[in-house]
Amino acid sequence: MKDTTLRINGEERKLSADTRTTLLDALRNHLGLTGSKKGCDHGQCGACTVMVNGRRINSCLTLACMHDGDEITTVEGLGQPGNLSPLQAAFVKHDGFQCGYCTPGQICSATAMLQEVKDNWPSNVSESLTGEAELTPEEISERMSGNLCRCAAYPNIVNAIREAAEASS
Amino acid sequence: MRPFDYHRSENAGDAVKAAAGDGALFIAGGTNLLDLMKLDLMTPSRLVDINRIGLNDVTQTEEGGLSIGALVTNSDCAADARIRKDYEVLSRAILAGASGQLRNKATTGGNLCQRTRCYYFYDPDMACNKRKPGSGCSAIGGANRIHAILGASDECIATYPGDMAVAMSALDAEVVIEGEGGETRTIPVRDFHRLPGDRPDQDNILEPGELITHVTLPAPAKGRHIYRKVRDRASYAFALVSVAAIVEMDAGRIASASLAFGGLAHKPWHDPAIEDLLTGEAPSEALFDKAADILLADAKGQGQNDFKIPLARRTLKAVLREATGERS
Repeated sequence: MKDTTLRINGEERKLSADTRTTLLDALRNHLGLTGSKKGCDHGQCGACTVMVNGRRINSCLTLACMHDGDEITTVEGLGQPGNLSPLQAAFVKHDGFQCGYCTPGQICSATAMLQEVKDNWPSNVSESLTGEAELTPEEISERMSGNLCRCAAYPNIVNAIREAAEASS
Repeated sequence: MRPFDYHRSENAGDAVKAAAGDGALFIAGGTNLLDLMKLDLMTPSRLVDINRIGLNDVTQTEEGGLSIGALVTNSDCAADARIRKDYEVLSRAILAGASGQLRNKATTGGNLCQRTRCYYFYDPDMACNKRKPGSGCSAIGGANRIHAILGASDECIATYPGDMAVAMSALDAEVVIEGEGGETRTIPVRDFHRLPGDRPDQDNILEPGELITHVTLPAPAKGRHIYRKVRDRASYAFALVSVAAIVEMDAGRIASASLAFGGLAHKPWHDPAIEDLLTGEAPSEALFDKAADILLADAKGQGQNDFKIPLARRTLKAVLREATGERS
């Protein structure tokens, strides 16, 4: 067992768990935050995506005890019914889902991804590595390739992200 | 996952001491290690967490190059302004691999140590000399579409799956390694990974308990930097064939060329004879074919991966055409 303190969505949460507990399992099974989803549990699907210290990661591929003192943001921290984040609202407007299972991961991933673009990080499809990052549909698809949608709502997901990005710029 | 003892280190000296002894492994990003531990394919008795030991800066070296700390994430490395400008092939290779989430976690040192994606290595019910020495190789005569065409042995035909190390091989980078007593040694990236031979369980030359602390890039290489990766999906897939190239032209001739290849072997493939052939020559289809002849002289398909031999030829030629052509 290992004691770990996490700051989750701005709130300090204490955890006493087996060292084998992944951050995802800690969130879902120990701390009652079931927004983050377990899909593949091997970092391939992105359903478990959360932000740690502002950066998106696969919460299934990291141990909770490795994050003592870290700032974790889950989908619950981004918005709530009646108070949706701009991305959440855009996903609703554009019907960026069918079954919804991948959606929390998509939203967390896209939220952090938009910050990466603001920070001018390049991507594999960026024409130039030294120019300004532009958020074309091709760029969105590439930058979101770590989030699979089994219902294949991709066109609407891209449209939702595009609108949220334009609204915030 | 098997139980393990967890130790968090605050500095490299403590980390190498804590990792001394059987069964201990370092954990950094953990994106490959935890994946393998969940399947009981790796079963360390102790994990030494090195995420807080520092080593997360990219700094200038006296020789005019860069020193990349082992804990610098793939994202930070690819986004570093100096690397984007002077070592474009490295940024390009990193961005061609994995996903945004994984690159945020994966580290420079850990990425060098990532293990093969051979299907049989991942399947505990099948024979695999890499996972269980002496048990045999299920990939020989099995499903081997993604496997090696160069440097394989009768024991193992797995490939090294990464992209970053292929670019580092083309850049002739060096790996700095710290041992248990705090002593360091420096190994060219080109010699870091091993060919499988009769010890396919050993992916690289690291001794138990040794810690990668830095990767050193030499002063920037002039010329065009290209990383071309051919894979089954447009994104988030391992290379079937990849080529990292740095080619400098002078008055219509190739002044220098540095090339490394991914997806072909148990290590990033580097053959100085190709560079010797190209240097000083005027680019031509005949020359590029000769370069591919050298690369593939000893290539051997395993059945399902036979396509990699012509694919490697075409990818190399396409890269050389681009590297030596007019800039658009």
